Amino acid sequence: MSQRKAFRELFSVVIALLHILPFYVLITTSAKPMSDLSSKWVLPGRIDWSNFTNAWDLASMDRAFLNTVVITAVSLILIIFLGACASYPLARYQTKWNKVMYIFFISALIVPPLTILVPLYQFFVDIHGMNTYWGVVLLHVTFNLSQAVFLYTGFINTIPRELDEAALIDGLGKFKLFFIMILPLLKPVTATILILAGVSVWNDYQFSVFFLQKNEMRTITVSLASFFGPNTNNVGWVAAGSLMAALPVTILYMFLQRWFMTGLTTGAVKG
Amino acid sequence: MRMKRNSPFWLNLMYLPTLLLFLSLIYYPFIQGMQISFTNWDGFSQTRDWIGLDNYRRLLEDKNISTVLKNTFIYGVGSTFFQNLIGLAYALFLNQQIRSRGLTRTIVYLPVIVSPLIMGYIWYFFLQYQGGALNDIVLLFQNEPINLLGNPQLNVWIIMLVNTYQYLGIAMIIYLAGLQSIAKDYYEAADIDGASAWNRFKSITFPLLAPSITINVVLNLIGGLRLFDVIVALTKGGPGYASQSLATLSYRTYFGTQDAGYAATLGNVMFVIVALVSLLALVVLRRREVHA
Repeated sequence: MSQRKAFRELFSVVIALLHILPFYVLITTSAKPMSDLSSKWVLPGRIDWSNFTNAWDLASMDRAFLNTVVITAVSLILIIFLGACASYPLARYQTKWNKVMYIFFISALIVPPLTILVPLYQFFVDIHGMNTYWGVVLLHVTFNLSQAVFLYTGFINTIPRELDEAALIDGLGKFKLFFIMILPLLKPVTATILILAGVSVWNDYQFSVFFLQKNEMRTITVSLASFFGPNTNNVGWVAAGSLMAALPVTILYMFLQRWFMTGLTTGAVKG
Repeated sequence: MRMKRNSPFWLNLMYLPTLLLFLSLIYYPFIQGMQISFTNWDGFSQTRDWIGLDNYRRLLEDKNISTVLKNTFIYGVGSTFFQNLIGLAYALFLNQQIRSRGLTRTIVYLPVIVSPLIMGYIWYFFLQYQGGALNDIVLLFQNEPINLLGNPQLNVWIIMLVNTYQYLGIAMIIYLAGLQSIAKDYYEAADIDGASAWNRFKSITFPLLAPSITINVVLNLIGGLRLFDVIVALTKGGPGYASQSLATLSYRTYFGTQDAGYAATLGNVMFVIVALVSLLALVVLRRREVHA
């Protein structure tokens, strides 16, 4: 019996090691100078920071980081605010019309952005949204709202209606009721949406590469892709840049992980 | 007046901004895309000619389209199969009393939060012909490295597996949530009846996981059928059309060959495939849930 238990412990560690391997290779690759031709499996004798400093300065990752931070922060605020607002009437007043609206919002989940790339691009040229923060932010917000509405509506459905009624009897208006009573209760599902949407906006390549083509507007993924080509094979830079790009979302995930599961299960599985 | 402001109608104003965004940035372009697919627009000229169904006819005659469709299905259906198989196996295993399970779950989930483009690059370091981590091992046994990414028979499957590796953490998490929502009573009753582990899985766990299976399969199909970033990072769709998906082909047709009309046509076909396949899966799997 205890042998079986030991085997389980061992197997769990093996799975973890197997899944962390690509990240190990990423780290060794980023910490070796270009002149070091040793195998990617071999740890470098000492950490060489030149890839990190080069990627940061020469490939203007600093500007790309700033752009990505601004775009992600503004998009997330709008997704959370608009998503929570839209979900409240949809969850509380399930009239025929509102049910149609709900389906209208959710069905956008199956429209992959790339399928409407051509008309979207043309539309953005017409409204002068190319190479602007607001243009790409609006795209991120729109394409992340379906998921936010889905999770928020599911979550609000689990909040007892008696709470609303009690507040209404106390003379609280419905708008006030939402902002004072409901909004604070949405914390766990907001953590879930922050992670899901934060990851999708921060990591985005598709929208950014189409709609932010000017050098000074580039986001992290676009600038990473730009110094990776058949001619410029700076594998070390890419590895260092990738590590720097992955760090902020990893930290966000570690912080919000506690609420993430609760929000996901109450919002999606039960709702 | 106060009553009126609080009526459900006024409350519905709360979703007005969302509605406007959806109408202008999803549904309006969607209809525009339909129109563009009936023209020979090059993507920048002021004029375009109405050419009816010519783009769709061209698609049927395109000799590369069967490869592209096949690849799109390998990315979509293949990833879905492996993500669910491995995700479920991991969830069952890591639902047991194991001291390191928290850490292992976190590590399996970690790739999900990395950009798919970066995930492609990470695997490029692994698979590249010269100096790739995998070929360093191969070279211990033979003199020649293997050209994994340049092999048109192999690279489609490799890309599919990279996508699987990246997103099987989501499947695992959703299955874990599903497993934890199954009441313990069922298993206690089964223990009294002396049911074997396999019978418990077959008659209790699997049927009661049906809602989780539905969510996972639909999500993974939508994700896999529109795969783009990993392909760009690993092969750029090559060699030739060998690993191209509808998504990368549409992109290349628009920005590479300025063929906006045909690119919009490919986009529409991709939408129809994603919508049909995911809705079909949803309907079939939901029906199974009711019977379970």
